[in-house]
Parts: sequence; structure tokens; C-alpha cells
Amino acid sequence: MPILASALDPQSPSYAENRTAMLERLTELEEALDGARAGGGEKYVARHRSRGRLLPRERIELLIDRDTAFLELCAVAAFATDFPIGASVIGGIGIVEGVECMIIANDPTVRGGSVNPFTLRKSNRLAQIAATNRLPVINLVESGGADLPTQAQIFIPGGRIFRDLTRASSERLPTIAVVFGNATAGGAYLPGMSDHTIFVKNQASVYLAGPPLVKMATGEDTDDESLGGAEMHATRSGLADYLAVDERDAIRLARRTVARLNWRKLGSGPRALIAPEPKYDAEELLGIPSADLRNPFDPREIVARVVDGSDFDEFKPLYGTSLVTGWAQLHGYPIGVLANSRGVLFSAESQKAAQFIQLANAADTPLVFLQNTTGYMVGAKYEQDGIIKHGAQMINAVANSHVPHLTVNIGASYGAGNYGMCGRAFEPRFLFAWPNARSAVMGGPQLAGVLSIIGKQAATAAGRDFDADSDEAMKLAVTSQIEEQSAALFLSGRLYDDGVIDPRDTRTVLGICLSAIHSGPVEGTRTYGVFRF
Amino acid sequence: MIRRLLVANRGEIARRIFATCRAMGIETVAVYSDADADLPYVSEADYAVRLPGSAPTATYLRGDLIVNAARKAGADAVHPGYGFLSERADFAAAVATAGLTWIGPPAKVIAAMGAKLDAKKRVAQAGVPTLPTWTHPLDVESFPVMVKASAGGGGRGMRFVLDPSALPDALESASHEALAAFGDGTVFCEPYVDRARHIEVQLMADGDGNVVTFGERECSIQRRHQKIIEETPSPMVSQKLRGQLCDAATSVARAIDYVGAGTVEFIVAPNGDYFFLEMNTRLQVEHGVTECVVGMLDLVRLQLLVAEGGVLPYDGAPPLRGHAIEARLYAEDPSNAWLPSTGTLHRFHIPGISGEFRPLIAPGLRLDSGVETGTQVGVHYDPLLAKVIAWAPTRGEAARLLASTLARAHIHGVVTNRDLLVQVLRHTSFRSGQIDIGFLERHPDVFAPLVSSTESAKLSCLAAALAGAAARHEVSAGPRVPIGWRNVGGVPQLVGYQGPGGSVEVSYQFDRSGNLVAWSVRRAERGGAGAPGILDLAGPEPEPPVEVVAATAERVSLDVTGIRVDFDVHTVGHVSYVDSTEGSITLVELPRFPEPRPDLAEGSLVAPLPGAVGRVVVTPGQRVTSGDLLLTVEAMKLEHPVHAPSSGVVAELPVAAGAQVDTGAILAVIQPDDAVPAPAPGRRRSPAARGERAASARRPAAHQAER
Repeated sequence: MPILASALDPQSPSYAENRTAMLERLTELEEALDGARAGGGEKYVARHRSRGRLLPRERIELLIDRDTAFLELCAVAAFATDFPIGASVIGGIGIVEGVECMIIANDPTVRGGSVNPFTLRKSNRLAQIAATNRLPVINLVESGGADLPTQAQIFIPGGRIFRDLTRASSERLPTIAVVFGNATAGGAYLPGMSDHTIFVKNQASVYLAGPPLVKMATGEDTDDESLGGAEMHATRSGLADYLAVDERDAIRLARRTVARLNWRKLGSGPRALIAPEPKYDAEELLGIPSADLRNPFDPREIVARVVDGSDFDEFKPLYGTSLVTGWAQLHGYPIGVLANSRGVLFSAESQKAAQFIQLANAADTPLVFLQNTTGYMVGAKYEQDGIIKHGAQMINAVANSHVPHLTVNIGASYGAGNYGMCGRAFEPRFLFAWPNARSAVMGGPQLAGVLSIIGKQAATAAGRDFDADSDEAMKLAVTSQIEEQSAALFLSGRLYDDGVIDPRDTRTVLGICLSAIHSGPVEGTRTYGVFRF
Repeated sequence: MIRRLLVANRGEIARRIFATCRAMGIETVAVYSDADADLPYVSEADYAVRLPGSAPTATYLRGDLIVNAARKAGADAVHPGYGFLSERADFAAAVATAGLTWIGPPAKVIAAMGAKLDAKKRVAQAGVPTLPTWTHPLDVESFPVMVKASAGGGGRGMRFVLDPSALPDALESASHEALAAFGDGTVFCEPYVDRARHIEVQLMADGDGNVVTFGERECSIQRRHQKIIEETPSPMVSQKLRGQLCDAATSVARAIDYVGAGTVEFIVAPNGDYFFLEMNTRLQVEHGVTECVVGMLDLVRLQLLVAEGGVLPYDGAPPLRGHAIEARLYAEDPSNAWLPSTGTLHRFHIPGISGEFRPLIAPGLRLDSGVETGTQVGVHYDPLLAKVIAWAPTRGEAARLLASTLARAHIHGVVTNRDLLVQVLRHTSFRSGQIDIGFLERHPDVFAPLVSSTESAKLSCLAAALAGAAARHEVSAGPRVPIGWRNVGGVPQLVGYQGPGGSVEVSYQFDRSGNLVAWSVRRAERGGAGAPGILDLAGPEPEPPVEVVAATAERVSLDVTGIRVDFDVHTVGHVSYVDSTEGSITLVELPRFPEPRPDLAEGSLVAPLPGAVGRVVVTPGQRVTSGDLLLTVEAMKLEHPVHAPSSGVVAELPVAAGAQVDTGAILAVIQPDDAVPAPAPGRRRSPAARGERAASARRPAAHQAER
């Protein structure tokens, strides 16, 4: 077994420096996550509790099987926006009665659980993850409906939620709605479009229009219970399949419902039920990525701390060496790994990647991309040698690969390298970033420098004097703006990834994702034989 | 020569006799009731004959069926064991009439000693001291007195009476019990000897008139007049007193031309005065301790030898070597009025046993057990599970070994008196030999559970929870990621248990590397029941830091502030049995999501055990005050009173005398005087809360029995 050797020296100054920098980023991540966990803040949490209701995270904790993991996704959605961190919805993958499910819970402590543009984007992403990976969906519903000030941004696209629900159902993906409170107007279609519905007695309120609107529309005098009470829906309208006496009972009923789904995963199980842990300590992952991303680092040190038994068969180790490719298992699932070694992608690296991706498709093996790239090589020699052509081969291979892709940005993801290394636009099943990661069209100083050169050229062409002071100010402003906007948390806030993760959790996160992915079939493309480029 | 012997008994004594038979080359025949069909003694016998039915009166007390069984199975001898028909002269006669060898004294000798009133007279004539006997309430010269059944044994029909006003009731109920148990309601009174000790002499007599004594046994540790710890020699018997007792016993035997194994029981006052109590004309439960300290002694072998007409191979009383103590392991709950416990014995393991059913060659541990792992412990017979005997050079060593062995035993599935036995054996008064038949009443501290410190109880709960987590983790869907892993904010895992002292909630949290970063054991919020004592976890003292050395579904090793402690966890369904050096604790996992269940009406009293309703002393609508007797439930020939938990009105009385009830069946509903309106809608009651009601039904009984 080819066990990776490690050259890492945890006593070295660079290790200490890297670790210190990473710990600072982790503190920022923890603060952001604290913000997400705080929900609507103490006052609204207290008010919610005073009604005898459980918090959405408590509902999830009760719903999932004891001692199992919960992988929360898009936890810092809406970070650095005008909306509360988390976007008033909590979602992730959890195991319910032995079934890996997508669990989506409104947070009623955040503006009544109302849906703002980020809530919508997050909900859509969660629904997409459920659909592409064949995960049953459990919605824990308690939402006041659309956030009225931003309704223009959500009303029209918002219908997708209901469309996706019933399409999931038609794909035989079970959908379960547990209604703990309000689900009114459009929200009423959440239970309406679900396969299974559970309503909490004296809490659920599900109607198209509330008493005031009914009065306005038809003049009828009504009340909440007769319009949309849980008991009414369980005994009269039939919208509720089960009437729960309280929240715990509702969660019990949801679990019973999942237990009776007769759920079978379509993908193969892991090749080893008990996978050997890596030979090296995951704690050391904090000291590997360079504090200054301009210094490349050996991704084999990462792989050695993530894959089963640190066991890695490297493919083409002597060719295109600034991209590491190879085979491994992760929690028993076979994977192919593509990891940037020295940032730049040359023609050889591109062709190696394209071939490797085709081999993975031929073997139905999922791919893990570890991004740390500054992009494809530039310069006259490389353009003349066809770097665009070769890069296009790699991007083509990535785009048309049918095996599941998992992408982790462990450092830099710049330029077209982001595309070739399966960035968001190439629809990896899951995409995570380490807290130190950055992603942009190019680095801040580079972008500022480019703008400066263009400015100088423009000044020269126009015969103007070049104002060096304002150029410096411009460079500083652009650099800082790019730095802010390429940071992992900023991008995660905009739903460009599925979460920022602690590097030490990489193995666990990828293991959960791989297992979830195998809920559906895992098959590579069958279009062509493997091209040897 | 006996060729094939039938044992007219069951359980451990049948196995004990079979063991000697096998060693002597004698074939064995068992009889068994339907309830006992799967017991080990049945399959160990060479032949077994079914006695249809399960009630003792339909089976082991049916002498005619047993004699037929012996004939049918070709047996030529019958050993009665102890209890059942062992002291029934008519049965001994029937066996002899059928041409079979009877292992025991002749019928007329049994009859002479069986009627205690007559026996006392004969013994007194032989010059052996006896206590005065009063057969009529008006004859009683002094109080307190003991009421006894003339045909009695095993504590049945016995009552302690402090003053004259209580005497009529005591006589009546004792007579009732004696009639039910022995078919003879004759009772009498004796003066009560304060701080009396129960000391008995084992003897054998052969047909040639040889009588050999094998020293004394002290059996002063008793519960409800039934022995639970026996030892030899007695710590209070001097060489001189031993001589006196043995001489007296020999006189008794000679006075009635005794043949076979017999035991002469004495009451010994603190000043050394002794009085003849009764003679048991059979093998005793506790014969094993004598076999230990007398070298090469097999009392069953001697019984068979004498029955075959042999002569005892002894010139006078043999010397005693070392000290032996026996503990009787009963399936009963000492802290709940000795309620018999029934169910499946999911595990039965006593560690370090050096021999079973046979005399030991060298000091060590002997086990005489009627049960094994998997045995069903039923309601029909005596709840004795096993006898454990420690034999050591000194009394202190024997007590220490026996206590530690019992503490480490794995006994799962039924409640036992194990903790009580260990507490007695470790008690300073016991250690110093300061024992008498009131020991348990005088030392209520021995009723404390072994796992009595808050910390050890908490650690046991934690161990159960971690074993549960490991079990779930092993079969979990998805990859084997750290237990309870979260990427956003860790939360503790929670599991609720119903423990001996109420319900608790255990919380534990691991980090991404599998280290236990937080844990606690707290009273469960969802309503706890139970008596104080164990798991009385009031007070927010912080839990000690604990490192998990290893945790599987069966074994949890914890490093508690630098000391490694191991716990064996055995989980059957929702019940976890946690054993450690400290002792054992049984935890019933509370359902994570209690099913909504119909409410039990407020004030409902449920049957504390399966049995038959005995007397019903109230009628519907009747006013009762707290503590009033409502009815009794009869099981195991004992009456379990059910008292009013509060003052009020009997609202419902769904049972009548004679009705069979299961545990949890509603016996009566008392509408309390200060009845609050019906509980809030939707409010559910946990099983724990229902348990509390059951407990309240039996707690007064416990009080009555112990104090």
C-alpha cells in the first residue's frame, strides 16, 4: 500500500506562522457561525420559547438519530449583507431513522421566519442538493411568508420552491412537511406540495388568506382555526395527514414517516465498512496552508490527512507535476483526487487532468478537487503552445464528467483555474472553502496593478499627466475591495459555496457528502473512450 | 443399594442432590411442573417426569403424583430435598408403602417433630431447655411474644406482637397464613427473646443409634423470619457452648430415635442461655457451610448411606476447619417490602467459583444455583436463585471474599437482594460478630444500594449512555464520523434513564477527535419518581473530568481524574445493566419520544406485582384516610397490602377478591380530598410517573415491614 510520506515539520517557524494565521481565520468563522446560531437574537428567542416552542436547531436535534452527525450547509448565508447571517433558514444533511435526509427548518426567531432573497437562494440550493443527490426532504415549517420589503426580488422566482418540491416527488424523492406554525399564502403550498404532512395541534396555521384578507375579499367573518388550524386540516380539509399533539409528537411522527419510506440508496455502499483513519493528525492541517497564499504548498500533505490510511496511488506522478492526481478511498468510498501543487496550470497539467477525469468516469469514481490555483499560465510562449486549447480540454472534461464532483478550496481559486478545478459554475455536488481560501478573477494587487497600467496607458494616449498619488489611492482601494470580496466568508455569504469548513473537519465533511451522494446512482459518462492527450 | 433416585423437589436442591448421585453412580429422576420445564435441573437428570400444572398444590405438593412418577420412572428411592413434602409424614409413609427407599427419618419421627407443640413437650422431657408455650391469648404471661404456626417453617405464619391489643389480629392472620401454607391453622405464642440469635446444630444419625454432630451454624441474619446469611462456626459460640449445644441436639435426636440428617435449632440469648426451637427432619438449605468446614463431608452422601442401612463413618464430632459463610441470593426487592421479582434472568454470572453443588477440596467459593443465564424466574415458587458460599481460614476473610464476589456478580433481569447481602457482609457490626435476628431492623443502613455515592452512580449512568452511543454508532447509516459531530456549534447528546432513584438525563459531548469534552447527569425534567438515596442528584456539583479510554457497546473504560475504572454494560432492549467493582445498577432507557397514551386517572393504584387479589376491605364510594388498608394482593403466599396514598373517596374498584392481576393493573382509584381538576389537556404522563404511583402503593408496606 502506497502510504504517503509526510515532510511536515510541526516545529518549524512556517508551520507555527501558518497555524496562527489559520486560527485567526477560524476565529472569524466561529464568530460568523455564532451569528447564525443566535437566530433572531435573545429577545426573539426568548419570546419563541415563552410560547412553549422549540428552536429550529432543537427541532433538528430531536429529528435526527441520536449520536449521528449533522452537516449544516450554507450556514453563513447572507454574511456581510443587510440580512441576518443564516438567512432565517437552517439546512443540512442528517440521518433520520437511518435515512440520510435533507432537513430544512425555518427560523421563526428571525423576522418571523420570513423569506428574503438570501433565504430563497439558500432554500433553492438546499433543494438542488437534495435533488441531485437523491435525498428525501424534510421541511420544518414555521414562516411568516415573504419578507414584504424585498418581495419584488422573491415573489416571482420564489415559485421554484414549490415547483422543486413536487418535481422531487415525481422523481420519487419523498417530501415531508412538518408544520409547527404559520405556513400561509404561498407558504401553504409547502405542505400542499409535500408527500407527507404533519401538523402540530394548536400551533399550525395553514391558509391561503388570513381573517383580515378574507374579510376584505369576501366579507366573511372567520378565525384562524376554522381557516387553517391543524385540527381542521386533519379532520376536514385532509391537508394534514397526521395531527401531532405537540412539537415532540410531530417530530416523532416525522421519524415514523421516514421509517416507513422503505428507502433504499441507489449508489453502491462504501468498499470498506470500517475505514482506516489517516496515518497523520488532522490537527496539522492548520499548519500546512501557507499564511501567504503566494507560497505554494504540497497538497499531498493535505491528502495524507484526509484519505483512508493516508493511502494514495498517484497517477502520472512524473508528468505535469504542478497538478497532483491520484486514487484513494475516503470513508471507504473510492475517489480520484485532483490537487494543485504549484498554483499554475500548464498545458501538461491540463491534459493530465483531462485524462484523469475521463479515467474516473470510466471507473464511476467520484472526484475531489482541492483548489489552490492562480490560473492557467500566461505569456507568449504558452499562448503559442496552445494553453487555451489545453485548458479547454480540461474544462471540457470537467463540464461533461458525470461522476459526482466534490470541490474544496484550500487556498486560492483564481481565474479560469477556478473553472478547470470545478468551481461553482461547474456544479460540483458540494463545494466547500477553508477559511483561508480566496477566490476571484485575479488577486487584489494584480487587479489593481492591471488597472494602474491601463490608467497610465489611457493618460498617455490622452496626453494627460499621470497622477501617481491618485493611482496609489486607487490601487489601495481596489486591493482592499478585492481582498474583502474574495474572502471565503464573503463568498459563502453570497451562496457561492456550501459552507466554510474547519480544515480539520475536511475528512468528516467529505465522508458525509460522499455517503449522501451515493443515495443516487454514481455513474460516469459513457460518450467516448478515454482520450490519451 | 439405591440404583435410581427421584428427587421430589426442584431448582438448586435438585441439582445439589443429583451432583452427589452422579458422583456415587446413582441414576437420577427429576419431577417438574410446567413452569419449571426449562430449568437446568430437569435437563441434568437422567430421566424427568412432568407434573402437569404449575401451582405447588398441583405439582410438588402432590405426593401421589410423585410416588407414581417414581414408579413409572423405575426409581427405587425418593429424596424430598427441603420444603414441599420434605417434612410430611404422610408422604414419607406413602413412599415407604410403595416399596421405595425414603431418604429421611421414618414417618413417625417426622410426625413427632412436625407438630411443634408436641415436639417442645418431648424435648423438654429429655432435659433440653425450651421456652414457655401459650396456646390461648389469655394464657400469655408477658409481652412481646412471637406467634408461631405449629406446622410452620420458613417464617410463614409467624408474627411479632408487642402488646395485647394487637394479639387477636396477629393470631387470626397468622392462622390464615398457616392454613394456606401448611393446611393446619394451629398457632401458639412464645415469649420474645430480645437480641436472640438463631443457632442450630447439624447432626446425622444412623440405624445403629449412632448420632454424630457437625458443629453449629448461626443463621441470625434473617428477613421476615427467613434466613439470608448463614455461617459456621458461630462467632458467639465458645468451645464450651458448642459442646452444650451439640449435647442437647444429640439428646433431642436420641429422645425420638432419630435417623438421617437433621438439624436442631436453638434460640440463644445474649447471655448464652439457649432454648430448643424446633428440629428440622431433613436436609437444610444451608447445609453447604457445614460441608465446607468439616473435611470431606457430603451430607447428601451420608443421607443415602444411612438410607441404605449403612453406619456413619465417624468416631465423635469431627473438627472444624476455617470458616464458611453462605449468602442466599433471592429474586426479591428488599427496599420494596421484599416483593418477589420475576422475569428473564438475562445474565447470571458469579465470578471466581471453584466448585458447584459439591463439597470443596480447598478454601474458595461454592455456588449452588438453581438458575442460569436465560432462566425464567416465575411467580409460583420460592424466589431463591442461588446460594453462594465462601470458605476461608477466618471469618473476616470469608466475609470479605463473599461480599466482593457478590458485588462483582452479573445478575441481570430480576431485582435481587444482592446489594443487601453485600452491605450486611461489610457491616462493622456483622464483622465484629454482633448479630442477632433483629439485625436488619436495627441496621437500616444495609438497605442502601451498593452504588450509593453520587459520583459512582453518575459514572455508571455515563457508562450506560456511552455504551448506547457506541452501539448506535456501530450500526449507524452513513460514514463512521465522530459521534454527534456538528460543523456549526456542538450540542450534547441526551439520553434519559429511569434509575433506581428516579429518572435522570445523561448528556455527553465529543469533539471532532472523539474526546469527551462535556458530560453531566441530572434529574430529568420530564418528571421523576422514586425514593431518595441513589441518584439523588440534587445539587449542581460539577462532574469530574472524564476521559474515555475505550467504549464499546459492552464495555466502557473511563479515566476519572487519573484513575481508570471499567464498566460492563449489558443492554437488553431498553434496559442497561451496568456492573462495576462498585456494584450494579439497572437503568431503563426512557423513550426519546413517549407515545401519547391514555391518562391514568388521578389517584389510581396499580398492582405492584402479578398475583391474585386477596382481601378487599373497602367498597366503592367509601371514605378512606391516608394509609388505610384498601385490599391485598397475594403472591408467593405473602400478602401485599395496598394502602390509600391519601385521604379521599374510593372512586373506582375494578377488582374483586380472587381476581388475577398483572403488574400495573389498576386496583383502585382514590379521589383525593384536595382533588385538583383534571390535568391540562394534552398533558401526558410518562411511564416514570406511572411508576411513582405503583411505588406509592407499595411504599407503606415496605415501611411496615422494615421498621
